Amino acid sequence: MSMTATAGRAHADPHHIGVVVEHPGPASKRIVTAYGFWVFLLSDIVMFSCFFAAYAVLHGQTAGGPSGAEIFEQRNVAIETVCLLLSSFTCGMASIAADVRNRFWFYLGMAVTCVLGIIFLVIEFREFADLIARGYGPTRSAFLSSFFSLVGCHGLHVSAGVLWLLTMMAQVFAKGFRADVLRRMMCFALFWHALDIIWVGVFSVVYLLGSAV
Amino acid sequence: MLGKLDWSAIPFDQPIPLVAGAVVLVAILGVLIWVVVKGHLPYLWHEWITSVDHKRIGVMYILLASVMLLRGGSDAIMMRIQQAIAYQSQGYLPPEHYNQIFSAHGTIMIFFVAMPFVIGLMNLVVPLQLGVRDVAFPTLNSVGFWLTATGALLVNLSLVIGEFARTGWLAFPPLSGLSYSPGVGVDYYAWSLQISGVGTLVAGINLVTTVLKLRTKGMNYLRMPMFCWTTLASNLLIVAAFPILTATLAMLLLDRYLGFHFFTNEAGGNVMMFMNLIWAWGHPEVYILVLPAFGIFSEVVSTFSGKALFGYRSMVLATMAICVISFMVWLHHFFTMGAGPDVNAIFGIASMIIAIPTGVKIYNWLFTMYGGRIRFATPMLWSVGFMVTFIIGGLTGVLVAVPPADFMLHNSMFLVAHFHNVIIGGVLFGAFAGFEYWFPKAFGFRLDERWGKLAFWFTFLGFYVTFMPLYIAGMLGMTRRLQHYDVAAWRPWMIVAAFGMAVLTIGVICQIIQLVVSIRNREALRDRTGDPWDGRSLEWATSSPPPVFNFAFHPDVRGEDAYWDMKARAQQQSLGHEKPEYHDIEMPRNSPTGFICAFFATIMGFALIWHIWWMVILGGIGAFATFVVFAWRDHDEYVIPAEEVARIDRVNIEERRSLVSMAGAI
Repeated sequence: MSMTATAGRAHADPHHIGVVVEHPGPASKRIVTAYGFWVFLLSDIVMFSCFFAAYAVLHGQTAGGPSGAEIFEQRNVAIETVCLLLSSFTCGMASIAADVRNRFWFYLGMAVTCVLGIIFLVIEFREFADLIARGYGPTRSAFLSSFFSLVGCHGLHVSAGVLWLLTMMAQVFAKGFRADVLRRMMCFALFWHALDIIWVGVFSVVYLLGSAV
Repeated sequence: MLGKLDWSAIPFDQPIPLVAGAVVLVAILGVLIWVVVKGHLPYLWHEWITSVDHKRIGVMYILLASVMLLRGGSDAIMMRIQQAIAYQSQGYLPPEHYNQIFSAHGTIMIFFVAMPFVIGLMNLVVPLQLGVRDVAFPTLNSVGFWLTATGALLVNLSLVIGEFARTGWLAFPPLSGLSYSPGVGVDYYAWSLQISGVGTLVAGINLVTTVLKLRTKGMNYLRMPMFCWTTLASNLLIVAAFPILTATLAMLLLDRYLGFHFFTNEAGGNVMMFMNLIWAWGHPEVYILVLPAFGIFSEVVSTFSGKALFGYRSMVLATMAICVISFMVWLHHFFTMGAGPDVNAIFGIASMIIAIPTGVKIYNWLFTMYGGRIRFATPMLWSVGFMVTFIIGGLTGVLVAVPPADFMLHNSMFLVAHFHNVIIGGVLFGAFAGFEYWFPKAFGFRLDERWGKLAFWFTFLGFYVTFMPLYIAGMLGMTRRLQHYDVAAWRPWMIVAAFGMAVLTIGVICQIIQLVVSIRNREALRDRTGDPWDGRSLEWATSSPPPVFNFAFHPDVRGEDAYWDMKARAQQQSLGHEKPEYHDIEMPRNSPTGFICAFFATIMGFALIWHIWWMVILGGIGAFATFVVFAWRDHDEYVIPAEEVARIDRVNIEERRSLVSMAGAI
């Protein structure tokens, strides 16, 4: 059949222009794991987009309660953003350290990431607690419901990320840089960076646009 | 201590659920005792419950779907009887109970019958068709299955402890909000779907990754069997749509549990947002179910016509077109809710456009049959029955996609008839075709043809007798979800529909008999070659049932219809000159992770439904601990030595050689 001809042409055409490239077989475990985790992250982003959509629909529905401009504190949000963006950088450093099998820099990078994550969570928690204390809890209006859910959902993800981070540090401590541990570390890094991307969305849509109104 | 749970949760005053629950309980206990006494428990635990083999998990999915089909079917029987006798009377079911029945029927049939059935078939077949050893994430696969089972268990628990939602299968607020549904019914609904939804998402991620990243050597995208393509499309839809369901139900639960205002009537909540969100998931869901069925029909029609699938590339294109367009039509589910004529027109046209790729598919199947040497085995009967039935369902679908017509027909029995027409005629017929077609692959023996054909004819005729009258009743103005009615003109059609339900039931009984008869005669029905239908794709290239590693070495694919091609080449070359070189195979170890996860998820779900907070925390800690313990294990694979692989494979090759030489002699 024509298949042998196709295979022949594939060799003649290293840039794969215009011919069917012979599929080499199943991908390696590392690629499969990372790919699957990417697909999961995409689904997670779809989930977030629903909360974004709900916020977009409901942000004007204050039911006589406060609007975004009245309750958002730019300074806190700025610190939160810096913490999270920095933590993505340190997480990247930890990944590199893992790739070159350097335990010290790995632990240091992960520890800093953890501390930055926790600072972020503490600020967010205080913001929430303060709003609730002033009577602006999520039950006050549809706007506040969607605000607390969207930002809280991101916060929950960060909390899970911190738990995962500690588990990864413990795994490297107990098992060293084994192939499966490294695969998990790669997934964790993807997760942590994805949270950063989502935070950029939260920061822009909720806080920047919300304060402008 | 026990939250909202007390003795009043058990409906001592309602005999029907109590008796049904007692019967089920006795049956389950009986099976459990039988299993323990006969000493089957270790076998079940090691070979099935903790198995991470995609074939075993697929079988368990289908088993779950079959059991739930009986449950959802008995709900259907009860509803048909009620509507047949409830003319100017209350019927035999109290309204409260009737509302629970139709909500449970819809929920169960979609989430716990159709979904597990197609996911089970995809799990069973796709890695075999791709020529690989397993899915991308075997342990996750087991977790996904057991979480689905958890959801099913919670729904059935509501039969005896507490109540189920009385809100219809999509729990529209504000009816499903706390003020109108203060009981635990909606909570049962929401938590069981949340938990099983996670399971479905996991299965979706797994299968997408499997199709995209795990294909045997030479299996280019345009050489994949059609079923792999529809699996890919369907699972892409799962990955894109199920998170929407998760988010929507989370919002509903926040409203109910913590007094949020997403969908309430007060404080700025927006009910229409629920409609948009739930149907943005709900419409793709229909295609998540029907696309794999389309794939099954493609395989079956091509195999039993003895021809390659007609218009393979147009079929791929049609599949992916449906995959994309299915996300653009959700609003046709609420044409009548005031979106305005412009929006309605756009969504009406978008809805009708789906008929084009679907039509392409129908013609491709017809042209595949044209000029072929057709064998009317049971799977083929289901496929032809599907083509006739689905065209009717599709046409009525285009009819209700016309907004003005929809204003007349929406929420009527016409609509009920339409979606049963496509779901039964499309998904269920597809599931049965796939069941008959791949059963010998899973178990090593064929199913009895005589009973299979009887089952087909009773189900096929029963379907028409049941649902065609509903179209007419809808035209006569009968709305759905009626507990009783006073219009004389509707009654005859309800009685005919109830009669049709009886015929359908005979079809189901035939199928059960078929299974029993086939198991009894399994030696006579044994399939030694692994290729009972003279198949075309790679799942037939291995023995039936396949060894745990599926293929001794990855098959080398040179074109479409990989196995057909191999058989043809083998005949020409008189087969067997090459001695294959065997290598050690690494396979994932069994793991109880999925079962334990589901155990804690069940505890957590039940505790959440009844507001038993300490138990929620217990379940949460347990689930996290399971996760860590799983992540901590050191040996997640075991090795099958090359000699063992060679021994198993040689038997298969001998059988196959005799088959090919026989075919050559003919």
